[in-house]
Amino acid sequence: MQLKEIRIAGFGGQGVILSAIVLGKAASIYQGAYATMTQNFGPEARGGACSAQLVVSGSPVLYPYVTKPDIMVVMSQEAFVRFAPELKDGGILIVEQDLVRVSDLKKEVQVYSVPATRIAEELGKRMVLNSVMVGFFTAVTKLLNADAVRKAVADSVPANFSELNLKAFEKGFEYGTAALTAPANRADAELQLQYSPE
Amino acid sequence: MSDILNTDILDTDIVNPVEPILRSDRIPHIWCPGCGIGTTVNSFARALVDSNIDLGSLALVSGIGCTGRVAGYVKLDSFHTTHGRAIPFATGLKLANPKLNVVVYSGDGDLSAIGGNHLIHAARRNIDLKVICVNNLIYAMTGGQTAPTTPDHSTTSTNPYGVFEPSFNLPHLVEAAGAVYVARWTTFHVRQLSRSISEAFKKKGFSFIEVISPCPTLYQRRNKMGDGLDAMKYYKEKSKVRHGAPTGEVGLTMTGEIIVGKFVDRDRPDYETMMRSQFRESLGERFVEQTEMVCS
Amino acid sequence: MKTGLQKADPRGVLTGVHFMDGDHACCEGALAAGSRFAAGYPITPSTEVVERFASRVPTVGGTFIQMEDELAASITLQGAVWGGAKAFTVTSGPGFSLMMEHIGYAAMTETPCVFVDVQRGGPSTGLPTLPAQADMMQAKWGSHGDYEIIALCPNSPQECFDLTIKAFNLAEEFRVPVMFMMDECVGHMSEKVVIPPADQIEVVPRRHTHKSIEDYLPYGANGDQVPEMAHAGEGYNFHVTGLTHDERGYPNMTLPVQDKLVRRLQSKIRDAADRIAMFEEEQLDGADVIVVSYGITSRVAQRAIEAARERGLRVGKLRLITAWPFPDKKIRELAAKTKAFVVPELNLGQMVGEVERAAAGQAKTFAVSHAGGGVHNPEDILKVIVEAAR
Repeated sequence: MQLKEIRIAGFGGQGVILSAIVLGKAASIYQGAYATMTQNFGPEARGGACSAQLVVSGSPVLYPYVTKPDIMVVMSQEAFVRFAPELKDGGILIVEQDLVRVSDLKKEVQVYSVPATRIAEELGKRMVLNSVMVGFFTAVTKLLNADAVRKAVADSVPANFSELNLKAFEKGFEYGTAALTAPANRADAELQLQYSPE
Repeated sequence: MSDILNTDILDTDIVNPVEPILRSDRIPHIWCPGCGIGTTVNSFARALVDSNIDLGSLALVSGIGCTGRVAGYVKLDSFHTTHGRAIPFATGLKLANPKLNVVVYSGDGDLSAIGGNHLIHAARRNIDLKVICVNNLIYAMTGGQTAPTTPDHSTTSTNPYGVFEPSFNLPHLVEAAGAVYVARWTTFHVRQLSRSISEAFKKKGFSFIEVISPCPTLYQRRNKMGDGLDAMKYYKEKSKVRHGAPTGEVGLTMTGEIIVGKFVDRDRPDYETMMRSQFRESLGERFVEQTEMVCS
Repeated sequence: MKTGLQKADPRGVLTGVHFMDGDHACCEGALAAGSRFAAGYPITPSTEVVERFASRVPTVGGTFIQMEDELAASITLQGAVWGGAKAFTVTSGPGFSLMMEHIGYAAMTETPCVFVDVQRGGPSTGLPTLPAQADMMQAKWGSHGDYEIIALCPNSPQECFDLTIKAFNLAEEFRVPVMFMMDECVGHMSEKVVIPPADQIEVVPRRHTHKSIEDYLPYGANGDQVPEMAHAGEGYNFHVTGLTHDERGYPNMTLPVQDKLVRRLQSKIRDAADRIAMFEEEQLDGADVIVVSYGITSRVAQRAIEAARERGLRVGKLRLITAWPFPDKKIRELAAKTKAFVVPELNLGQMVGEVERAAAGQAKTFAVSHAGGGVHNPEDILKVIVEAAR
């Protein structure tokens, strides 16, 4: 596995950190690769913005921070505005479809969007949106082995929520698999229509 | 031996009853003539003898200062710690081995100035410690500087024109913070002091005994209050025993009345009891009670 | 006398493969090492260590107490040690400053214990949430007087686990306070951490005396200069003081006693420096430049080292796992064979001075300083390597 820098960002309560932990676990524990996760701490991490950085690689990760992410998952407009400019040219941008309007992105990136919150709500628990997002991530990036991620999901959530989170993962994974067959960069216009500033 | 002279009395091995508690090999001690600290140690030792306490389970912790040297003279597991930190050290000792009886023996400056924060927090937590605070109203070891307990208008080396800052009323302070047993005596009241110490050993929780004690060398001399004997006369004349006196009314002045007695004797669960019951309640079966800490 | 090893108490060992951060791994290391007592005071970025301890320790039989300040925490733990516990405290910059007096007390009274310092940017309140390595000299010299400590520098969560056990073991073996010098980056970084079964973890037990009460001399030095300990409540009636003391533990403030005591406190560590020293070495033979680093900076420097090698430079790596006692001998030996040392660190020049001192002019020394708040840009280290290789 080539070294990949990943940033996941959103707001508190969306499971941003947990998503990074799940992906980090999948890579380092269930797939025999290496992963280093760091979070942004500090007063700004209270309530509002929340961001995690994950570096995965086939060899030990040395430099722990993300400088130019290959992959970015953004789950809030604020996170998009703040972090999207640092995305690597040719990188992958994954957005929460209902919460992020992709605009002014002056670079060649592949954009994939998923209504993770809505899907999670349809499953009965908004809380599992991060598992939907992780499933979607797994499908569209093909970075990690899906079974490794499933195992990581199962052992990162309380036992009584394991089944629901795995279901959420599958929903996200299916949505992602479908998205891959759709034309690339299709989402921009559509996203703008769906975005509501409220 | 002569038959005329009865030498039985010389053959009998007469031992001072408190001798087994003292490190005779460290005598003479460093305290000045007329100093009251030795008197308090004598009362403390008598209390240990009278209350039949297991000396093997007793540890004594001191801070820094004249009274801080007590730890060095008692034949117990004894700890002469850093300035102001006798109480937190004792807290660790007690929590690591709850079977220990832990006594904190230190001075007013050590316990209420540099260690003041620890004093109120240990009382708040109700750590099961017996605190004996020898209050000589001054920093003596360092040469007679103002302490938080130095009475208004007296003179010290750092308030050469007279002390103008208000002083602490220690019984009031520790009662407010949560102590379960609070008493005050002077070094004139050796038996009462002994009894109070024995009583404190029967309490579970934070006990505080203040002993007003003379410092002829630095406090009295500078304030023209005579020597150790004059201090005894003053204590005898001006002390009023008022058990149960509201601690708000027992503040000290330079030459006024000294209210002594047992002011507070109440019960509330100590830190360890509260900790254990909390863990039992919230952890149930998962709570592993600490039986023995000793890592052999 | 080398202390006999024991196996870890399985109750404290969270055997398994985990994805956890350095702070949490440090806590697990302490539990695995047999620590059942911690006293702490909250301070970023170290608090997670004691938060985890507070949650874990009632389930393995022990105590955590949150004290009123770091002055208290750093002496409460020492009371616990004399009560029979293996104990530690955890802090960061400002709190570490407050603990200095008690590091001296632990050194003087030979109280085995561990101080964890998760370093953040300073001076003063500085950068509470960002990394630095600027407490390295403070760890060695922060308390007054002459004394020795041991300091270890982990560079990953796995090492936060492994080396915390080592820290406790060294504390017990030498009866010395051990400084565990983490940094914010390592503390807050999550990686795979493998916790082995308890029977594969070796712990050094307390050097408890086997002597009778009559024969026991609390500060009588043994062959290896480390006295045996007794605990309160065992009938030994020993005395412990921060004053200069004789072998009985009694205050004795005379010149010969001071000389004997303070020299022993120093030599018990320095004489064992080679045994205490731990390094990670790479391509030192024939190296023109040797990069000396520690903690998180060692990982950042690795990028620069590899980039330099790609340019054809012969660059070796020496990572200090033990920072104190400083491995003079190792640096002296290397200095005779290399052209230059490059020392990147997250401070404006601390350990680099030690490298220069030990090199004693045999090889040049180059600092790559950084004021803290982040890690080096590997490019900056590379530039100095290239310059040093000329």
